[in-house]
Amino acid sequence: MALSSSRFLAILMKEFIQMRRDRMTFAMMIVIPIVQLMLFGFAINSDPRHLPTLVEVHDTGPFTRGFLAAMQTSTYFDIRGTVANSTEVDRALKTGEATFVVTIPEDFERDIVRGEKPALLVAADASDPATSGSASAALSVLAANTVNNLAIGPLSYLAGTQDAFSVIAHQRYNPAARTSYNIVPGLLAIIISMTMVMITAIAIVRESERGTMETLLSTPARAPEVMLGKIIPYVLIGYVQTCVFFILAFWVFSVPFAGPVAPFLLGLNIFIIVNLALGFLFSTVARNQMQAMQMSFFYLLPSILLSGFMFPFAAMPGWAQVLGTLLPSTHFMRVIRKIMLKGADLSDIVPDLRALLIILVAVSVLAMLRYKRTLD
Amino acid sequence: MSGNGTTPVIEVNGLVKKFGDKTVVDHFDISVPKGAIYGFLGPNGSGKTTTIRMLCGLLTPDAGSGTCLGYDILRQSDNIKEHVGYMTQKFSLYEDLTIRENLDFMARMYRVKDRKRKVDAALEDLGLANRSHQQAGELSGGWKQRLALAACLLHQPDLLLLDEPTAGVDPKARRDFWDEIRRLSDDGVTVLVSTHYMDEAIQCDNIAYIAYGKKLIDGPARKIPEMVGLATWRVEGPDLAELATQLHGKDGIEQVARFGSALHVSGMDAQKLEAAIKPFLKDKRYTWKQQPAGLEEVFIHLMSGSTDNFAAGQEAA
Ligand SMILES: Nc1ncnc2c1ncn2[C@@H]1O[C@H](COP(=O)(O)OP(=O)(O)OP(=O)(O)O)[C@@H](O)[C@H]1O
Ligand SMILES: [Mg+2]
Repeated sequence: MALSSSRFLAILMKEFIQMRRDRMTFAMMIVIPIVQLMLFGFAINSDPRHLPTLVEVHDTGPFTRGFLAAMQTSTYFDIRGTVANSTEVDRALKTGEATFVVTIPEDFERDIVRGEKPALLVAADASDPATSGSASAALSVLAANTVNNLAIGPLSYLAGTQDAFSVIAHQRYNPAARTSYNIVPGLLAIIISMTMVMITAIAIVRESERGTMETLLSTPARAPEVMLGKIIPYVLIGYVQTCVFFILAFWVFSVPFAGPVAPFLLGLNIFIIVNLALGFLFSTVARNQMQAMQMSFFYLLPSILLSGFMFPFAAMPGWAQVLGTLLPSTHFMRVIRKIMLKGADLSDIVPDLRALLIILVAVSVLAMLRYKRTLD
Repeated sequence: MSGNGTTPVIEVNGLVKKFGDKTVVDHFDISVPKGAIYGFLGPNGSGKTTTIRMLCGLLTPDAGSGTCLGYDILRQSDNIKEHVGYMTQKFSLYEDLTIRENLDFMARMYRVKDRKRKVDAALEDLGLANRSHQQAGELSGGWKQRLALAACLLHQPDLLLLDEPTAGVDPKARRDFWDEIRRLSDDGVTVLVSTHYMDEAIQCDNIAYIAYGKKLIDGPARKIPEMVGLATWRVEGPDLAELATQLHGKDGIEQVARFGSALHVSGMDAQKLEAAIKPFLKDKRYTWKQQPAGLEEVFIHLMSGSTDNFAAGQEAA
């Protein structure tokens, strides 16, 4: 028998009204993205300042003083004291007493003046790349500035040279430090995965728990009518969350948006709907709201770990990549990073959109097959 | 009672429903003619709600077959749902929607034509027009029942399945309720109604009595006492409570029930009952009169004294 737009509309409007009256859930949907963004965004701060720094001094002179002063005024580094030898350097880094140790080698000043281009060694605790990454990146700029400032009088011949001395930053524990601009855009995928799945996951079990399922099932409503009617209203919440996300991403974290908006919106819509459909699927399996919540969290974990949000996708083991490919967040993560950070266009994200659509179809079909039209 | 001769509105045979290894409805048959008011009686947990749910496609029977409004109950439940008004035992409209929103929702679900006018009319009939913006959850129990009935009548169903519709409803509203059901029945709507109230059972054209998932009695309301074959004596006089204790437990006396200013003393075996009563007849303070058993004592009898017999029958099956 044919589907009815009247029944679809009935469910849609009912969900809208219930959504509006359920202030608590509505508030949660707004607060969760803010909290997540703040927690992730600041905890994994892309631009941390005043990192504890120690110096191992084997020479002194204007270049040494100038460089250390430049480090301090850059506000990235907070020079707390000195260490005597490499054993102390190791200890300081291991215990976390220092995030950076700067080693000024012997005859440093003399070698600069002679044009021998000595290397200044900076050991960084890069176990948390987001902490040390941008500070490390600042070092060579500081070096060049120091030389330029001092290249006056007899030393003016050094002025043009970019590399009167070099900085060798030794990233310990995690050499492949990643820029944390990656984190903030990826968070949109995580926020939507979390809240959109959860909100529809409780939508059906809530009807069962309140007993209203019996009325709903006694009407001639078909599975697609119920599913669409229950999904569409929450797309709006997804939009609201996206707005909240971008306000914070731009103003608080100054993340750029390099690419075109239209392809991004296309990807966003598909991604929101995939997650809502997935939540609907969960709610056809769960027996109560508690189980539905647990399933949502269970799904959130791989979305964070295997989607490329935390670890580079390409570096994951094969089985993890296979699992990751099945997750919608993996593909949306790519869409949003490509567009926001790399300025990609529609043609660049076609494979990701295709993957999202395939997942959407699979999840929807499964959800409608699972949706029971009886109380059995 | 307008129906006779035409094809029954409900015609099912051998319906079985099991939950786990518990058989909750056991080979249930029923044939409900068009326009009839069919009462559905039985003690708590006897399977009334389960049976009604199978009739309208909310539960899948484990065995059995049949038709409802001419549609197959196993394969055409979508068609059945379009034309059935089902009122659930427990209030199952949306408590966080207003009265009007609930009615509007149901009207849309059944694609009711001229929706706004019908909803307005329903609100007017209910007497809830001025409270239509109140949330349904704020209504008292009785008002919820009345709202639920109104909601399942919006699409003018051909068959009404009412599961204890008047539980918790005050006597005046109950009377209005039954007047409405009678009016609908006169218009050709068929009604299957479960109830625990005898005064309502008496108003039904037919009665099916179910216990432990099995239908034990099924027939026109007036013939039920006769079918059960319960013998009854009515006794009036002073100190009935004292008399009742004396009568209790005498061989042949299965039930002593108080009705207003009289006692009804009943037993299945008329001879034994008479023998048991004989000694009491001498007491001139009391007037004894043999009379046909009423529906009420028959059902008290069915629900209490004889449950053991039925439990035995259940095990035999
Ligand atoms: N979903 C279910 N799962 C397991 N057992 C059930 C389920 N629904 C009903 N039952 C059992 O089936 C039996 C019949 O229940 P049903 O609700 O049909 O009785 P009822 O005649 O409507 O009782 P009442 O007069 O109390 O409403 C009961 O023993 C009940 O415990
Ligand atoms: Mg019941």
